[in-house]
Amino acid sequence: MASTFAAEIKNVCKQRKDFKIDNVSFTLPSGTVTGFVGKNGAGKTTIINLILDVIKRDSGEILIFGTDNITHRTEIHEDIGVVFDVIGFPETLKIPQLDRIMSGIYKNWSSEEFRNRCKEFDLPEGKKFSEYSRGMTMKLSIAAAISHKARLLILDEPTGGLDPAARSEILDIIRSFVCDDEHTVLFSSHITSDLEHIADRVVFIKNGKIILEEDIITLSETRAIAKFGEDMLSVISPDEITGLRKNAFGCEALVSDREAFSKKYPDVMLCNASIEDIIVFSGKKKGDAAK
Amino acid sequence: MQILINNSDGVPIYEQILRQIKEMILSGELKEGDPLPSMRILAQQLRISVITTKRAYEELEREGFIESFTGKGSFVRSKSSELIREANLKIIDESLAKACDSAKKCGISADELKDIIDIIYND
Repeated sequence: MASTFAAEIKNVCKQRKDFKIDNVSFTLPSGTVTGFVGKNGAGKTTIINLILDVIKRDSGEILIFGTDNITHRTEIHEDIGVVFDVIGFPETLKIPQLDRIMSGIYKNWSSEEFRNRCKEFDLPEGKKFSEYSRGMTMKLSIAAAISHKARLLILDEPTGGLDPAARSEILDIIRSFVCDDEHTVLFSSHITSDLEHIADRVVFIKNGKIILEEDIITLSETRAIAKFGEDMLSVISPDEITGLRKNAFGCEALVSDREAFSKKYPDVMLCNASIEDIIVFSGKKKGDAAK
Repeated sequence: MQILINNSDGVPIYEQILRQIKEMILSGELKEGDPLPSMRILAQQLRISVITTKRAYEELEREGFIESFTGKGSFVRSKSSELIREANLKIIDESLAKACDSAKKCGISADELKDIIDIIYND
């Protein structure tokens, strides 16, 4: 029986030198693609490292496919494929050598699958990785990450620094991966169009805290951008809006409950909020009047 | 089977899928018992998230047009074309009631109205 969650992160804390992961909880339901968003330094990579137990957590619990990620570290690493934004393989290697090394690391490594993927991704066998473009390197990392029967694929900024064609190719590869409904993906990205094109859910981290975890459709249906004159500021309570933005000609802010808001203020203009809007406005303080 | 998504349309993508599948059922292109593509394959092919296709299928199921079986997939339900026909008749009823209303207000006779319908219908 497959577990409902590929990962459950519960009340995880970690004190780092200059910031902390503060009581972080979220889940990755099996078969879903979750976009992990937040500013640089918000704690995305730290959380990925905590999931992999590369960094030890101070407290809390992390379950991967229902089992603890520390006590079952070795088994869990077989189940997870990871892609970091920098190449993790020695640059002097070529595909056949990497294949041999990986088959020694992973119990479930499939050379056939890896070689097929490399062909499918147009990766040249005879070239050293140092000669690979960024897009090729990323495809190589993904090929390696999913060729050991991983069920959970974690990608840290897989599309960063890629041209649109290469980005679209990476997204296609992720989509093929989740054609199997037992495959789950967590990927961090700053490119909100990537999220709109592939993610089922969004987890938003800010200063080491999770401030939003929701599915994309609910998010776009319940949120809206309200636009109104400054006179309305004395009427609308700061609790009802997020990330207020004022300009010389009016105000705009994010509304979390579109229906309730439009009932209460039928005259306020409400526009559809894109994922990008939601992230930008949520990133600000509540009722914060930034310029 | 063809599904085309308009990204610059204000209509949500799941709704576009919903409408197009309903049209295919109504036109007979999809018949009772016909399998629908799996949600995951559809999402992959259309380059959209699985949650979007899932939502479209859930709506189709809720409205009684398709049924889904775990592990087997989704299929067009019997009588689903009748359901769509009925829904469309209701829309026609409502729009014609409005047309009749407007006709009466300015003294257009039933025959004249029928002529207008003929012209529009055969356009």
